[in-house]
Amino acid sequence: MIDEALAQRVLAEATKLGGEWAEIFVEDRRNTNALLDDGRVEEMTSGRSRGAGIRVVFGETTGFAHTADLSEASLLQAAAAAGAVARQGGGGVKTVAFAPRTAPAPNAVAVLPESIGKAEKVALLQRANEAARSQGNAIVQVSAGYGDSRRRILVANTDGVWATDDQVRSLFRVSAVANGDTGMQTGYEANGFMIGWEFFDRIDVEEMGRNAANQALRKLMARPAPSGEVPVVIKQGSGGVMFHEACGHGLEADLVSKGASVFKDRVGQQVASPLVTLIDTATMADEWGSFTFDDEGHPAGNNTLIQDGVLTDYMWDHLRSRKLGHAQSGNGRRQSYQHLPMVRMTNTFVKAGATDPDAIVRDTAHGVYIAKLSGGQVNTATGDFVFGMSEAYLIENGEITHPLRDGNLIGNGPQVLMNIDVLGNDFAMGSPGMCGKDGQGVPVGDGQPTLRVPVGLSIGGTAA
Amino acid sequence: MSEILALAQRIASQAGPGEQIEAMVSTGRRTTVRAYQGEVEELTSAGSSGVGIRVIRDGRQGFAYAGSLDADVVAETLADARDNVQFAEFDEYNGLAEPDGVHPVELDLYHDALVNFDPQRKVELALELERLTLAIDPRVKGVRVASFSDSVGEGAVATSTGLAASGRGTFCYVSVSPLADDGEKTQIGYGFDVSRDPNLLDLHKAAREAVERTVRMIGATKPASRKLTVVLTAEVAADFFGIIGGMLGGDVVVKGRSPFADRMGDLIASPLVSLVDDPTNPASFGADSVDGEGLATRRNVLIDNGRLQSFVHNSYTARRMKTVSTGSAVRGYSSTPSVGCMALAIAPGMMTTAELYRHVGDGILVQSVSGLHSGVNPVSGDFSVGVEGVIIRGGELAEAVREATIASTLQRMLLDVDAVSSEVEWLPGGDASAPISIRDISLSGA
Repeated sequence: MIDEALAQRVLAEATKLGGEWAEIFVEDRRNTNALLDDGRVEEMTSGRSRGAGIRVVFGETTGFAHTADLSEASLLQAAAAAGAVARQGGGGVKTVAFAPRTAPAPNAVAVLPESIGKAEKVALLQRANEAARSQGNAIVQVSAGYGDSRRRILVANTDGVWATDDQVRSLFRVSAVANGDTGMQTGYEANGFMIGWEFFDRIDVEEMGRNAANQALRKLMARPAPSGEVPVVIKQGSGGVMFHEACGHGLEADLVSKGASVFKDRVGQQVASPLVTLIDTATMADEWGSFTFDDEGHPAGNNTLIQDGVLTDYMWDHLRSRKLGHAQSGNGRRQSYQHLPMVRMTNTFVKAGATDPDAIVRDTAHGVYIAKLSGGQVNTATGDFVFGMSEAYLIENGEITHPLRDGNLIGNGPQVLMNIDVLGNDFAMGSPGMCGKDGQGVPVGDGQPTLRVPVGLSIGGTAA
Repeated sequence: MSEILALAQRIASQAGPGEQIEAMVSTGRRTTVRAYQGEVEELTSAGSSGVGIRVIRDGRQGFAYAGSLDADVVAETLADARDNVQFAEFDEYNGLAEPDGVHPVELDLYHDALVNFDPQRKVELALELERLTLAIDPRVKGVRVASFSDSVGEGAVATSTGLAASGRGTFCYVSVSPLADDGEKTQIGYGFDVSRDPNLLDLHKAAREAVERTVRMIGATKPASRKLTVVLTAEVAADFFGIIGGMLGGDVVVKGRSPFADRMGDLIASPLVSLVDDPTNPASFGADSVDGEGLATRRNVLIDNGRLQSFVHNSYTARRMKTVSTGSAVRGYSSTPSVGCMALAIAPGMMTTAELYRHVGDGILVQSVSGLHSGVNPVSGDFSVGVEGVIIRGGELAEAVREATIASTLQRMLLDVDAVSSEVEWLPGGDASAPISIRDISLSGA
């Protein structure tokens, strides 16, 4: 991408006015996307983006500039712009010696997607479309999307860090619309991993099409969801986003250090039911939120955030670690070279418990069973969070019965975590997610066993 | 002629026989200053540019984009777009926009005052906003961030069908998130102001509104579940109408994903609701004289006194529906033209916001919503979002509530609008909105 000598000259330029720390982040990214909608492959898109972001820290201030032009002149110009934050400094030119970092990769890409013909990629879409439409005449619309990306990054900084990573991701999604007497309903299925074309040995696109269609068809019979507080059972692999919102964001050190998290000053304290052990790790083989190095060149972490209900640590990036004298945790991520890194989750999951998941349902006299969630949002200051249910059922007398219409659930993170009263002995990771924070999106994963929240979650439905 | 328009035209002019080429080129520079505890926390200054190329041949479409305008990258992007054509399927309605005789209005969206604004002043604005915010109310204990950001952008579209247009604009924005604390719970809020000219930014308004939104939430509790009338603030109403605008896009209509697809001419909303999308109005921060396909933008009346009057179209959805484009192609350089509203405005009602509270009598003012992406389904119309706000009792604002949801369907909510405030304001997203009240909404709390 760029050689060591050029990186040295760029960092020297960045710090010549007295900047205390500087970093260059180079990114070269290619995407291929194909979209089928309305029965036709509408488009095949190729995308390319390449550039560098340069960051300089001086006192409490971070200067940042980026450029799409990787020529020496342009990089030096960006370095000077970012370095201008150090106005009163007496810097002088320093040369950094880089120590290349190595770390185990969470995956081995068997077949690079770029080595596969576009016609093969497009053919998958038609198979998913036909499978979805074959589920019944009530399926009136189907959309299917294929995406692969290859993101190569280089991070070098004045601490001597020199790290490169090659991140390949593959994604496939299907959505279906069913039309019935009560209007239209939707179904959605997505899979994504940090692997190459071998992805399609692992997933069955036709089954995904059928699943999306059947989800929409089942919802044609859906009743309005209840309104108010209800016991909730969440199926394995569908509710990790609840933890992402209920406490994940609140454990990001940037929010904590500004007092904008309900979990500030809680390390060492009981913040969840003793059943809950929460991990954030980018080392999980093949998972959507994994990588070898984070976007600050730090090796992927495997961090226990909550152990048996006790808060053990927050998640950290370079800036917060440097300021508070804490070790980095490999959670410094950014959407692209045009963005500054900040503390972000990777793959966040709750470890399995000991109870038979069927018994959890049987043991719930009345409540709601959530089979699929659709994202969420949190106010980290209060801990109040919402997450959407896109496939849910009533539980009546310990049995899963009627499908429910879509809606959000709301709860307070610290309370809901304490209220979890049973964890299943099953476990699954959920659908690939994109987490948004301060306008930046990064790929994240989540997972959990089947679990129950008997009190503290309110469903935003319209039924009494 | 602008450099990027010349580049777009050079690309489009490479169309061979039987081939159509469209190029969209954009460039921009932005600055962001973030202040925290009296210091500059972050100072970003950067430029970016990109090109998106669409090729159509034999009814098939290919597309490619790149975040660079280097000659070799542009050539590779055009080659990729041409290559991609063969993998898409034939669609008789595929095609670029054609000149339609509508001339773009002249819009003054570019202010030299921003281009020439001293960078040091940007830093001072962010620092001053933090100071102002901290000085208003002792319950405000800190500020998560106070920021100034601006952008200067230029875009151009050229097609081998004879369209060529470019435009440029300036935009600046201040925002602040105060943290208030009553010893038990921390509350966070936000305030902002927006302008095309940095000298017109009102820091006092941003600080005042931010503090008001934040301290009003102190002591908020979970309300009891019930049905009631909901008042949406202008910002929340804009989110709501933004979703409605999306459901009136030609793309979801032609593909049968809109519950309003077969409702043209019907009363789909309360007669108090009139919704217009007019990107030719320079007061809108979404204003633009041309759309994403190079056609002139125009004033489109979507809902007129409750009656569905028009969908919005790009040239593809217009051809499929045997009508003409409404100049509503929206896109960035990295995507093909979609359909959308750019400057959606609700017509003002007959009463002030204070009068609207009295008209409602008992209800809830919703000042922020969460989970719009997870709990609102624009295909089925199901609507369920988390809310924070203030109870309205006897026509006056009373205690604050949090950890609640409101739910209905989008179709019912439109019909149940029972008042619109006359206090319409332009918002950063490009929309003009005002507080509205909606009857019979389910509030879920304790």
